Amino acid sequence: MKIQVSITVNGTVHQEEIEPRTLLAHFLRENCKLTGTHVGCETSICGACTVLLNGETVKSCAILAVQANGAEITTIEGVADGDKLHPVQEGFWKCHGLQCGYCTPGMILSTVQLLKRNARPTREEIAHGLEGNLCRCTGYSHIIDAVDYAAKKMAKTK
Amino acid sequence: MAATRKPKPNVGRSIPRVEDERLIKGIATYVDDIRMPGMLHAVVLRSPYAHARIKGIDVSAAKALAGVADVLVGSDVNAHCGVVPGGGDMPDLKQPTHHVLAGKRAYFVGHAVAVVLADDRYIARDAMDLIEVDYDPLDVVADPVKALEKGSPLTHPELKTNVAFTWKHGDGDIVEAFNEADHVIKQRIVHQRLTPMAIEPRGCVASYHAGDENMTLWTSTQIPHLIRTLLPGMIGVPENKLRIVAPEVGGAFGSKLNLYAEEALCCHLAKRMGVPVKWIESRRENAATTIHGRDQLGDYEVAVKNDGTVLAIKATTIADIGSYMQLNTHAIPTLTGFMLSGCYKLKAVRMDLTAVYTHKMATDAYRGAGRPEATYTIERLMDIIACELGLDPVKVRLKNFPKPSEFPFNTACGLTYDSGNYQGSLKKAQQLAKWSQLLKQRDEARANGKLFGIGLSTYVEICALGPSAMMAIGGWEWGCVRIEFSGEVTVLTGVTPHGQGQETSFAQIVSDRLGVPMKDIAVQSGDTAISHYGRDTYGSRATALGGSAIVMSIDKIIAKAKKLVAHLLKVSAKKVTYEPGRFFVPGTDKAITWKELAVEAYVAKNLPKNFEPGLEASSFFEPENCTYPFGAHIVAVEIDRVTGEVEIVKYVAVDDCGPQINPLLVEGQVQGGIAHSLGQALFEQTVYDEYGQLLTGEFMDYAIARAKDIPEYIMGSTYTPSPSNPLGIKGCGEAGTIGATPALANAVVDALSPLGVRHVDLPLTPETVWKAIQQHTAQPVVA
Repeated sequence: MKIQVSITVNGTVHQEEIEPRTLLAHFLRENCKLTGTHVGCETSICGACTVLLNGETVKSCAILAVQANGAEITTIEGVADGDKLHPVQEGFWKCHGLQCGYCTPGMILSTVQLLKRNARPTREEIAHGLEGNLCRCTGYSHIIDAVDYAAKKMAKTK
Repeated sequence: MAATRKPKPNVGRSIPRVEDERLIKGIATYVDDIRMPGMLHAVVLRSPYAHARIKGIDVSAAKALAGVADVLVGSDVNAHCGVVPGGGDMPDLKQPTHHVLAGKRAYFVGHAVAVVLADDRYIARDAMDLIEVDYDPLDVVADPVKALEKGSPLTHPELKTNVAFTWKHGDGDIVEAFNEADHVIKQRIVHQRLTPMAIEPRGCVASYHAGDENMTLWTSTQIPHLIRTLLPGMIGVPENKLRIVAPEVGGAFGSKLNLYAEEALCCHLAKRMGVPVKWIESRRENAATTIHGRDQLGDYEVAVKNDGTVLAIKATTIADIGSYMQLNTHAIPTLTGFMLSGCYKLKAVRMDLTAVYTHKMATDAYRGAGRPEATYTIERLMDIIACELGLDPVKVRLKNFPKPSEFPFNTACGLTYDSGNYQGSLKKAQQLAKWSQLLKQRDEARANGKLFGIGLSTYVEICALGPSAMMAIGGWEWGCVRIEFSGEVTVLTGVTPHGQGQETSFAQIVSDRLGVPMKDIAVQSGDTAISHYGRDTYGSRATALGGSAIVMSIDKIIAKAKKLVAHLLKVSAKKVTYEPGRFFVPGTDKAITWKELAVEAYVAKNLPKNFEPGLEASSFFEPENCTYPFGAHIVAVEIDRVTGEVEIVKYVAVDDCGPQINPLLVEGQVQGGIAHSLGQALFEQTVYDEYGQLLTGEFMDYAIARAKDIPEYIMGSTYTPSPSNPLGIKGCGEAGTIGATPALANAVVDALSPLGVRHVDLPLTPETVWKAIQQHTAQPVVA
């Protein structure tokens, strides 16, 4: 049995017939061919698959694509404004907030939401806000620098 | 006279990475992002038992499922996939044959039993659930100490023993050194088993072209070149028809420094089925069937004089290596033996190692790979010595360091340390930690009834592995530099970066030496069809050795180019001077740039006699010695007496990895290393129960550091060049992991020392620390 879904991903409507059990992460990767969303654990712990669903972060390995029917999804491919990087992307780049890059898309999307909720977080608040995203390379310190950089940059451009 | 341009050097600057743009945009290609027409998805069924006889496997229902291409078991595939390599050339080695799928028995939880091939991974998983395996559970050996007892069940009954190999190592007269001692201090130390847990699990895609008999394997690995050396004999594809590609790799930490069963299996399946085959590991599989790290149990004895002079160490060590030996399993506890003397002038060292089979996953190289065990041991022992003899831990270390003038320094473990200034890094760490203030802070905290401790670790590690004489299949590194027709530069390297940033650091080196802007330099790696030769990335070797091969190649190109320049400018080669970016004849206005020269070299109509066209050179760099980075870490902690929770109050890391190409990347490597170490010290532990069931098979049960666990670092560096390579680089990939664990452990034990605690085994979880507090403070309960 297949179900028809209509999901808007980074502004593009995707209408697909899918199995109801299809995970949102797999829908994005396989059906939409957007492979920037990574799967690291399939148990919602590592956060590599984090995307925005109607502006709120979700772990796309732990929700079904059918649950996102009618929703607007933002993945890492949709974060930049055309060729212009999002300040959070810029912060990760400038501050060496990534090494292997596998956790990075999820980290960036979690940061986007974190800064929406708290525009000028302390380092402690940043660390708390990223608790749902695991990184095994950086030791987090440069990630916290990156978020701090983005917060400052976004405050300036407001 | 031509004006001299002095561009700002790139080497030594914290330049953001050139590889980052594709990663932050989500457009990089990891192995699971590869899709090929007709590709089948493989899923592996694994044993739920640690030891069982496989009486039968019924695959009929699985095969009948729509969308399933085939279901295969050991008897179908093992004959075509060779033997998974491991064991090296250890003397008296006893080793089972490691096939890609289990045959009549399964030997650990996660042992591959059958493989399903289907149109997509959902169908493959459905089919996997339909396979019926008739297991007969057998006695399990999960404890390495019990495994050595008489009458223990056997991991592999046909070997008639659980001992894989024994190894004795050391130098100096151990008996005399112990006779000379005023004290012999004994301590048992557990080096717990750890799981590497790269965020990207393993995975591979194999594709075979029957017409030209070429096989391509894309795999999430650190070692495409080593795989190309090792795999041909297993799968019957000759080396010159085999291409291995490491695409973007999502973390490895030693866990992808192996040739795994699934890599050989997928190659065979692609050939067998005539279509590409993809296999992607799940997180549970990753925890159970990607190599583990550490797992040594050591009984240590140290011979010491009253004044704190350390004379000798004896180690009797058991290494629990699991049920099969993977590629480097044997080389991990032996590397511990080589580094046991740490940064101290000992008279003698002796290690008696017994490697034991148990029904668990293999241990192998995990960040630090044998060296963290050595450093943790010697640094804990230095603190225990200080504690027992009532000496200052700083003074005990200073007393036993070799002087900077004593390098190259021959150790009691038989190595020659290249260069060092252990006093310098310790002094710098103490300055950054505001040492005397920190001691005062501890006194005040203790006076207020708090459990406050300071821990120190002075470490040395062996890196840039290494001279080919000490490596199994070559320790050299390869690099190629080509100035293209356009004047742009292509750099090919045989090392395989997967987060370390050599696309940037190598471009920095090349840019300065060639005077070509970094944007015009492309560093390529990880594909054996592009970077033809290499020995890849592990053991903090990539920049030191890969960078040196590139520098050699640049020197060759400059020497060749000078001949062409002389010909074009009609002067003798001796009159031609090179400065980055151009060749010129001093005192004249005659000059030529790389771009101009490249056109001449490739158009090739006006070349000197017997001059080969082109501007390209490749080199194999063979190091004379390893490198020995070192440093000092200082940690202050406060422990919550009620909960046992450890809070890091201060963290200072001073690391000496020689000259730094890009300090930002060095900092990232060290901080990342410390996070692994912090995990080992405070919460990480791979746990199997007595039945060999893995209890830490997920991120839910296996705790790796999260952002909130990380302290604010105070980082510093000293810069002692290594004479082992032309760049003087020592390496920094494992420094943090090696230096930090003992500093953290020493700090926690120091905090507990007023209660009379002398040693607590890792990980120092709140429960463990709380228990230690209770054991040393509990009053007898009066009924």
